[in-house]
Amino acid sequence: MHEADDIVIETATRIFRDLADPQTINAASDDAWRAPLWNTLEESGLTKAWLGDDLGGGGGSLADGFAILRAAGAHAVPVPLAETLLAAWLLGRAGLSAPDGAMTVAPESVALNANGRLEGAARAVPFASEAGHIAVLTHDGETPVAALVAAADCAIAEGRNLAGEPRNVVTFADVAPLAMAPSTAEVDDLMLMGAAVRASQMTGALESVLDIAVTYAGERVAFGRPISRFQAVQHELAKLAGETAAAIAASGAAAMTISQSAAFDERLFFEIASAKVRVGEAARDGAAIAHQVHGAIGFTEEHVLHRFTRRMLAWRDDFGSESIWASRLGSMVARAGADALWPTITAA
Amino acid sequence: MTSRIAFDPIRLPPEAEALRDEVRAFLAEEIAAGSFDPSGQSGRGAFDREFSRRVGAKGWLGMTWPKKYGGHERSFFERYVVTEEMLIASAPTQGHFVADRQSGPILLRYADEAIKQNVVPRIARGECGFCIGMSEPDSGSDLFAAKTRAEKVSDGWLVNGRKLWTSYAHKADYMIALLRTSPATKENRRHGLSQFLVDLKTPGITIRPVPFMTGGHEFNEVTFDDVALPENALLGEVDMAWKQATAELAYERSGPERFLETYQVLVHLIQALGTDPDLRGAEGLGRLVAQLNTLRRMSISVAGMLAAGKEPVLEASMVKDLGTNWEQLLPATARDLAAFVDPAQGNSPGFQAVLDHATLIAPKLTIQGGTREILRGIIARGLGLR
Repeated sequence: MHEADDIVIETATRIFRDLADPQTINAASDDAWRAPLWNTLEESGLTKAWLGDDLGGGGGSLADGFAILRAAGAHAVPVPLAETLLAAWLLGRAGLSAPDGAMTVAPESVALNANGRLEGAARAVPFASEAGHIAVLTHDGETPVAALVAAADCAIAEGRNLAGEPRNVVTFADVAPLAMAPSTAEVDDLMLMGAAVRASQMTGALESVLDIAVTYAGERVAFGRPISRFQAVQHELAKLAGETAAAIAASGAAAMTISQSAAFDERLFFEIASAKVRVGEAARDGAAIAHQVHGAIGFTEEHVLHRFTRRMLAWRDDFGSESIWASRLGSMVARAGADALWPTITAA
Repeated sequence: MTSRIAFDPIRLPPEAEALRDEVRAFLAEEIAAGSFDPSGQSGRGAFDREFSRRVGAKGWLGMTWPKKYGGHERSFFERYVVTEEMLIASAPTQGHFVADRQSGPILLRYADEAIKQNVVPRIARGECGFCIGMSEPDSGSDLFAAKTRAEKVSDGWLVNGRKLWTSYAHKADYMIALLRTSPATKENRRHGLSQFLVDLKTPGITIRPVPFMTGGHEFNEVTFDDVALPENALLGEVDMAWKQATAELAYERSGPERFLETYQVLVHLIQALGTDPDLRGAEGLGRLVAQLNTLRRMSISVAGMLAAGKEPVLEASMVKDLGTNWEQLLPATARDLAAFVDPAQGNSPGFQAVLDHATLIAPKLTIQGGTREILRGIIARGLGLR
């Protein structure tokens, strides 16, 4: 299936709206919102949308998943839904089923030792400290192997991203996997999937940030009129809308291409690398404009804006930053030569 | 949500991709025959009537128009492919570009049957070129300040005044002019302007070149001195041009010409950096390519909206704003990225000339066809801010 299923998106959006309202969570004094949100997501099958129904998953399409994550970004959903989806996808590529509860992926390769156990450290693992399980992609000789690991069996160091969400160094010291099988996904494929996931989330966040900024500019009065009446403010918001539009187009193209591709080929690399770079740039510029339009109130804890901007900025760093993907993309373009660029861009 | 922006991803249909191969083969033959200079130093290409005729003979002009008027009833996506391949090749499309993009559609929508029968098929054959008569000495971005008058007389219209910055008026056969037929009203300052078809051979028209700062000649001043136009020169409703311009702007602002005008700089930059650039070169190149790919995705999305019969003025304005900013920055970025390339290596002998050309034309890219400031105003209106 290439098009996202409207019913799935509506279900996800309703859950986010009812149980992950950013304003409510921002004002909450405790974590009481967390369990109902996660449980509902899990019961609705959304957390395993990317795992085939033969493996106990939701059997949703890739397009469904990206649309769910764009909506999650638009609500600044503060639970590891994206990470769990990715982990289930990775396990599914090895024919492994996924346990219940939150999961994450170790985006760096961890080695398999002589005893068939995992050794090494993975840095910048999102939500590791809140996950029950970690899906690891490693190698057995030349063969990529996916392993399911209990988070409790690893040493997880405290760490936070720009949004204050867990981003941990996970150390595997002779850890025995709960399950392990050869995978059809390579490390690069996981990075590409992760990059496309983050691009979708950033896009959703940008859409909401645009809405919030436009609404605020229409309400905030200064010099006797709403600040939306000032041309300087209008032009900044027009730029924010342009960046949002670019993110929508770039992440949409990446999601479409993944959904329609049989393999992680060069075309897919081109589209996803472009998207992660372009959406990351949009997140950078968009967050700056939104804050400028809001002035001091947007810099406070009580205002909801930071729930989006801090996540947007943090997500740029996951699964390869703009610099990482741009240099890889540029190297690929240079290697192929000037005459190959246009054919590459137009290769549908 | 207050500001729903849609840029749905679109994959070009197979017939468009098949056409791409045909267009590439045609252009390769043209280049082999020496029919034009593919080096990119002529921007959107030169004005070459013979080339336009050959494109017309291929069936690549008026592609989406009714067959009845010489069109080919093909899709917007097929037209898109032809347009972008011509741009990439630096093909000399000025002889037909404006007529094919916007003048033909205006005539099909607003001209009387006689004009549709006579003029539109000639556009589709590549036999007649158009220019756009909007700007005046005291009316540029503020289009509705236009003063050049068309006065109703017994057997038609009498035109007096002056148009300025009219690209290719000296080569075109016709102009579609925005002329004042009534004063603006208190309630609506956009009221009182009408669109006219002007045959540039009509007595009383004087065309004087206004050279670019680069020495090139595209701009003209067009003076109207008691120019008599026939009754049916009026296109659409009198005084109501402001209502007619909407769709035209979406065509004019969303196409690949809004980000590919300096594409040859990128080609030469890749050659100059070589197949194994350092990290700085690779990253810079990658960021440029990511932007370009995204712009093309956006532009194709808008083509899809046009194909679906929508009038995506807001989306088109975004494409033009982002696209022209990118193509304007491209020469500056390329200059930086190539700064440490040793010219003695001889990677790209044409780089400097292409870079110089693009650097000099860069300022006009965010002015022509709607300035950056006008576009951002339109986007702001689309967001409900004004």
